[in-house]
Amino acid sequence: MLMSVLTLHNHLTTYLVIGALLFAIGLYGLVSRRTIIGMLIAAELMLAGASVNFMAFNRFTAPDPVVGQIFTLFIMAIAAAEAAIGLSIVVAIYRNYKSVDTEDLVKLKG
Amino acid sequence: MNSSSLMSQMHALFTADGLAGLIFIIMIAVTLFGALLACTAKRLVRSVAGLVISFIGVAGIYYYLNSPFVAMMQILIYVGAVSVTITFAIMLAAPEQNTKLGPAGPLSGPLGFIVAGLTFGGLATLGIRTAWPVMAKLNAGTVKAIGVQLLTEYSLVFELVSVVLLIAILGALILARSGRSS
Repeated sequence: MLMSVLTLHNHLTTYLVIGALLFAIGLYGLVSRRTIIGMLIAAELMLAGASVNFMAFNRFTAPDPVVGQIFTLFIMAIAAAEAAIGLSIVVAIYRNYKSVDTEDLVKLKG
Repeated sequence: MNSSSLMSQMHALFTADGLAGLIFIIMIAVTLFGALLACTAKRLVRSVAGLVISFIGVAGIYYYLNSPFVAMMQILIYVGAVSVTITFAIMLAAPEQNTKLGPAGPLSGPLGFIVAGLTFGGLATLGIRTAWPVMAKLNAGTVKAIGVQLLTEYSLVFELVSVVLLIAILGALILARSGRSS
């Protein structure tokens, strides 16, 4: 029993379950958070879950183990750009509405 | 379980492979603890701290996936840059006394939990049930191979990502500066 636990890191399914868990936790945070910054943090977690999935398939099944690493590096770059743009939008919203609560930002509601 | 099998199992723990497995489990625990903290903490600063903890754990998981370079980049970019940016935004835009606590609505907590649980169940079942085909490796996936492929096969994407980052920085500056003088 202990031996099978200690060799978990050699199985693809372990990483797939971790990626799914990270994605699901991020999804929960995205739905249940009430501030935009909290939702952004949850979105970062979802991106991390997707990256773990890519890296797991890269390690265990893909013929070229470089492609998945490069893809993950690109995900990181895009996530950094997303965080910069999203947070500057948050600052701009705060300047106009004096709040980052999603319930106060209903001026665009039809 | 008798004592001799326990002794042999303890002996298996204190080998290089056994300790590697133990550290892997610790990394999983760190990742999930940080993720839960990031999504349930009452204060946003603690939420960012949870995000940092979770990303350090994810970097450890990357290390177990034969990718020390990506693990280092994870720590540099996420733990070093993205978290600091989010912290700056919290300091600038979210004074704690104005932030209402708790979930966004009476139903969003349970409904979000159900949606997340269903998503996790579906993804995990898919991952476990499917027989993933394993192909023969073409190379070892070393840092040198990553560098060569980034500058040959993926050079266009590499340059495009730098342009995207430049535009993102400029856009962030313009968005955050507009209306500042008024």
